[in-house]
Amino acid sequence: MTDYNFAYLDEQTKRMIRRAILKGLAIPGYQVPFASREMPMPYGWGTGGIQVSAAVLTPEDRFKVIDQGADDTTNAVSIRTFFERTAGVKTTTATAEATVIQTRHRIPEAPLTEGQILVYQVPIPEPLRFLEPRESETRKMHSLEEYGLMHVKLYEDISRHGHIATSYAYPVKVEGRYVMDPSPIPKFDNPKLGDMAAIQLFGAGREQRIYALPPYTQVVSLDFEDHPFDPSRADHPCGLCGAEDSYLDEVIVDDAGGRMFVCSDTDYCSARQAAGHTGKDAA
Amino acid sequence: MYVAVKGGERAIENAHAWLAEERRGDPGVAELDVAQIRQQLGLAVNRVMAEGSLYDPDLAALAIKQARGDLIEAIFLIRAYRTTLPRFGASTPVDTGAMACDRRISATFKDLPGGQILGPTFDYTHRLLDFKLAAEGEVPDAPKRDADLADVPHVTGFLNREGLIEEAPQDDTPPPDLTREPLEMPADRALRLQALARADEGFTLGLAYSTQRGYARNHAFVGELRIGSVPVEMEIPELGFAVEIGEITLTECETVNQFKGSKTEPPQFTRGYGLVFGQTERKAISMALVDRALRWEELGEDDQGAPAQDAEFVLYHADNIQATGFLEHIKLPHYVDFQSELELVRKLRREAGAHQVQEAAE
Repeated sequence: MTDYNFAYLDEQTKRMIRRAILKGLAIPGYQVPFASREMPMPYGWGTGGIQVSAAVLTPEDRFKVIDQGADDTTNAVSIRTFFERTAGVKTTTATAEATVIQTRHRIPEAPLTEGQILVYQVPIPEPLRFLEPRESETRKMHSLEEYGLMHVKLYEDISRHGHIATSYAYPVKVEGRYVMDPSPIPKFDNPKLGDMAAIQLFGAGREQRIYALPPYTQVVSLDFEDHPFDPSRADHPCGLCGAEDSYLDEVIVDDAGGRMFVCSDTDYCSARQAAGHTGKDAA
Repeated sequence: MYVAVKGGERAIENAHAWLAEERRGDPGVAELDVAQIRQQLGLAVNRVMAEGSLYDPDLAALAIKQARGDLIEAIFLIRAYRTTLPRFGASTPVDTGAMACDRRISATFKDLPGGQILGPTFDYTHRLLDFKLAAEGEVPDAPKRDADLADVPHVTGFLNREGLIEEAPQDDTPPPDLTREPLEMPADRALRLQALARADEGFTLGLAYSTQRGYARNHAFVGELRIGSVPVEMEIPELGFAVEIGEITLTECETVNQFKGSKTEPPQFTRGYGLVFGQTERKAISMALVDRALRWEELGEDDQGAPAQDAEFVLYHADNIQATGFLEHIKLPHYVDFQSELELVRKLRREAGAHQVQEAAE
């Protein structure tokens, strides 16, 4: 792939994306419009995250890609291979070893550290989109800090269901200013967003938006005093490593209703198994 | 015993190998070459160039071959290639008035300077399957005569002399570039036309059709539809003048629309405009109708709440590469989100059940 520049994008494009990232870091939670490029993967496959990764990767980086928490899901494999080819960077599946982690739908279980960058793939960056389809309106609502509609929606959930009926892409407020969509991570992951040591960058390719959380940013999941935010998970230990603090996938194991629960973060799970932890379904 | 699924990489490689085999089809049948596609599937090539926003018939033909005839996939290949190309500069505006027309028709005047030229059109073919084509492809030569080299002036120019049609004053402001700047609202007409020129043909057709059926109805006459080649010129700074760098085929459609006048404008005809790469007349006519519908605000018309009047709706949903990507991505794994929904629904059902038991006990 010598015909292409390091990490595929040309330097001018990377510069444009880096400017958007810097603006995003300067105004945490604010969606910065950027001139997203057509990438050699379809929109919806993580083109926003890929462009952000391409703009921040350096030849010394060690890159990790996860989708649904796993390093070996097909699209994670595909994106990792893309950067192996176009940037020649070293890759890893170990969270602690990675300097740049691109993710779809999860935050790794192991706490991230200073010097790491977590890049999220974002489908719909606008947290107000399903309340108001017009971009011209939602931008106005953000600039006026007009978030009443969102609170009414959450309140209606409670009055109808007894709970806030949002289980992923659960909206957060950043540094008391912008309401932000954390991408479709399960709300279980929301508490990790705030006060994180790593830089968090969010890229939405089709919607042409980048936003960011600098390290140690205050991020609060929206809730009410009498209905505090509840980061729920399946109430089981992991069947393979016995972890009781990780987010779990439910796997159907037979056609008689049998199922088991396993860590969605494959690196976390295999590291625990290597350290001697076992769950009830482990061989 | 459950073992986590591994081997995504092998699965992908094998899928690609199988795809390549399917693309080729039965090796006992001769392989299509790119020149055949370019020559014999020209209208598919034109659509790929138009919506791919890249005028290169050979690359478009290659993309169609690679995409197994899926034109949206071919457009995607062209777009992804186009975005990597360096920009050397911009051409001077092409002069469609100086077009060497293969086809030029006006629905508003029976005859006019430059004449009506039917050209290579399906319009009056009887749509009967031609079984001879299944056996042999040779066709007799079409009759020829020398081209009339006289000018073919734009029809709207005649109306303009009488002041019957709105002015379209020359505007030398460089147009915005939606491939280099994020699309933001409100979009001016130049930006709207740029987006429509690469918009999905089917989507544009459907919207245009909706305006004909009463959703922001504005009866359009095809003042003129012309297809032909125009020279492309570029200013070379070192030379200080423009030089011709090539020729492209374009389809241009100008509609003439009724207009009863508004608070700000006198009664007069108004314009809709379509300009598309290649012979792509369905797209060019559709584009002109949608352009006219989107102009309601600048002409002081009422917002009828019709889809074709809503620039934000039209422009954000007209790009088939964006649309198909987001639509198809729902087949990617979503089991983490689905799991969180499972937990929520189970919890709500548990509580609803407990509620009913309690009510029954009361």
